[in-house]
Amino acid sequence: MSTETIDLKTRLITDFHAREAVMNGEASSEFHQKKRAGLARFEQLGFPTIKHEEWKYSNVRDLISVSYDFNAESSIGLAELEDLKVPAQQANILYFVNGRYNAELSTIISPVEKITISSLADAYKNDPARVASYFNELTKDADDAFTALNTAFTQDGVFVHIPDNQSVEHPIILRFVSDAREKNVGSQPRNIISVGKNSHVKIAEAFRTLGEQRSFTNAVTEINVAQEANVQYYKVQNESENAYHIGTTQVRMADRSHFYAGTVTLNGKFTRNNLNIVLDGEHCDAHMYGLYFPDGSQHVDNHTVADHQKPNSESNELYKGILRDKSKGVFNGKIFVRPDAQKTNAFQSCKNIVLSPDASMNTKPQLEIFADDVKCSHGTTTGQIDEEALFYMRSRGISQPEAMSLLMFAFCADVVSQIKIDSVREYLENVITQKLASK
Amino acid sequence: MLSINDLRASIEGKEILKGINLEVKPGEVHAIMGPNGSGKSTLASVLAGREEYEVTGGSVVFEGKDLLELAPEERAAEGIFLAFQYPVEIPGVTTINFLKTAVNEIRKYKGESPLDAAQFLKMVREKAKLVSMNDSLLKRALNEGFSGGEKKRNEIFQMAVLEPKLAILDETDSGLDIDALRIVAEGVNSLRSPERATIVVTHYQRLLDYIVPDFVHVLYKGRIVKSGPKELALELEEKGYDWIKAEVEAVG
Ligand SMILES: Nc1ncnc2c1ncn2[C@@H]1O[C@H](COP(=O)(O)OP(=O)(O)OP(=O)(O)O)[C@@H](O)[C@H]1O
Ligand SMILES: [Mg+2]
Repeated sequence: MSTETIDLKTRLITDFHAREAVMNGEASSEFHQKKRAGLARFEQLGFPTIKHEEWKYSNVRDLISVSYDFNAESSIGLAELEDLKVPAQQANILYFVNGRYNAELSTIISPVEKITISSLADAYKNDPARVASYFNELTKDADDAFTALNTAFTQDGVFVHIPDNQSVEHPIILRFVSDAREKNVGSQPRNIISVGKNSHVKIAEAFRTLGEQRSFTNAVTEINVAQEANVQYYKVQNESENAYHIGTTQVRMADRSHFYAGTVTLNGKFTRNNLNIVLDGEHCDAHMYGLYFPDGSQHVDNHTVADHQKPNSESNELYKGILRDKSKGVFNGKIFVRPDAQKTNAFQSCKNIVLSPDASMNTKPQLEIFADDVKCSHGTTTGQIDEEALFYMRSRGISQPEAMSLLMFAFCADVVSQIKIDSVREYLENVITQKLASK
Repeated sequence: MLSINDLRASIEGKEILKGINLEVKPGEVHAIMGPNGSGKSTLASVLAGREEYEVTGGSVVFEGKDLLELAPEERAAEGIFLAFQYPVEIPGVTTINFLKTAVNEIRKYKGESPLDAAQFLKMVREKAKLVSMNDSLLKRALNEGFSGGEKKRNEIFQMAVLEPKLAILDETDSGLDIDALRIVAEGVNSLRSPERATIVVTHYQRLLDYIVPDFVHVLYKGRIVKSGPKELALELEEKGYDWIKAEVEAVG
């Protein structure tokens, strides 16, 4: 018996050089130099194995065992998207199909003379120097192979630039669709978001899959939050049973800024989310909320970092999960309090309901505190559904499945209620209700 | 209405109910008294269908149906209501939403169409008034952070909304101030009718001043060892349980 081994790493590196060979002058641009550095980094790191501390419970072997078409064309149109649709109120909606911006499907309604909302590719065409200067700035020290890989292959994504003192009225909704109807597809969207002083914006990334073949999404988002800015950022993953998703969101916050993240994983075969927030300012506050519902043999891994670098700031984190069947969950929450970061308040909590003896949850809070005048707390719980509560409800005539879904919905409520884009929250409420009722 | 015959139940291998016999007819009020740990709450829980208890013998027939065959929610739909000695706190589910689900699930069981929001609210407002239940409590998470008295009142409020045929009140009077006690008793009495029955588990005569029982039973060590008219409660209040315990021990 012969087994074909496909070395995805070699294939990607070869691809890179082949593309580079036909680039002409562009190869010497600052942008490309950054990509080339990304490739070198990727080459050096290689795909992580479970021997890597950060990947101990998440094995990417299966993910990298096949090849993906990273340039797959898609004939996708509005008709196919209809049932993938997240209903939206008045919003800027940008579609990315297999990683590439689709202008026909997209609508941008915010005044473009004031703020830039465009595809990264277009933004680069219009102003290469500006885009290059933001690109990979926040992630440049990342010690992560997937981030480096994304950097090497950056082609498209969103570029949002909000000047100072702007309140962006309409949310920005980014819809990433993998069209895996015909073959295994890969995409590596790169989103660069820069929010000026005292500006306000709400942004959501929604990931969906069409078709039954495999999809591999390797997404990186860089968000720079200037002084006094307020950013609400949500990531919603509702992908297929064959969807592999690795994502990193890297955030830097300046003085007196506010950042809210909501990460909801509704479906997907294998999901790894890295949310890294550097609190590089005083009196700023970062909030991280997460929710995940793996079933079958799904795997969801959330790694978060709150890196307190300056005094007087606060981070606050709540992740919750409901795990069924043979699914696995991983939560790793790091809190760093650097020597200068006196008077830091940092709170972290991860709560899980494990509904099957074959499902498991692995939680690891990791606090590294180098300042003495700080308040930090963390807690994790992993339990079953509250039997007392269940009996109480049933004794009032509520059937067992209905009582279960009410209890689980209640369990999710304090995360869902944090989602401040109405259409996204309502979408989540609907999908979660269906999901909880389905078993 | 309810016929309990030689009912035995145990938990973790320990027999708690050791052959209970009780006959409740429509319109009656039965008081069950007895020392701590004698099995009163166990009996109430077994009737409501709590699954931790294993029924090891006997039978319970409610309105011609084998009660022990029914799931807790089916018992509720058939008209059994248990006011818990220790009501459970359920964060994230509002009292009003909880009750709406309960009412409509029971209606579904009976083949009735669900109440719409307006009908439901109207009904709930009336019942809330009946037990002087504050509107603000209805919007809060079920029992979460409620005071002891508020929780008990919430039990009676739920009873008023669900209008059971057989209500079992497990020490609903404990932790209530005098005014609350009267209000709760009025709530119970307002539901009294020739078709309905009530089992009141209590340690105190004072509740029975308001809800006057037709029969008083003493539960001791998993058996009903004495039954009598309402005057028995007065006698117990005066003399305690020692004389009953002595009677039981004498018989052996
Ligand atoms: N879950 C349990 N595990 C073990 N023993 C139990 C459990 N539940 C009840 N028991 C035991 O069963 C016995 C009867 O308890 P029960 O709560 O029915 O008493 P009670 O008559 O209601 O008492 P009280 O007047 O204090 O409310 C007690 O000895 C109690 O410890
Ligand atoms: Mg008791």
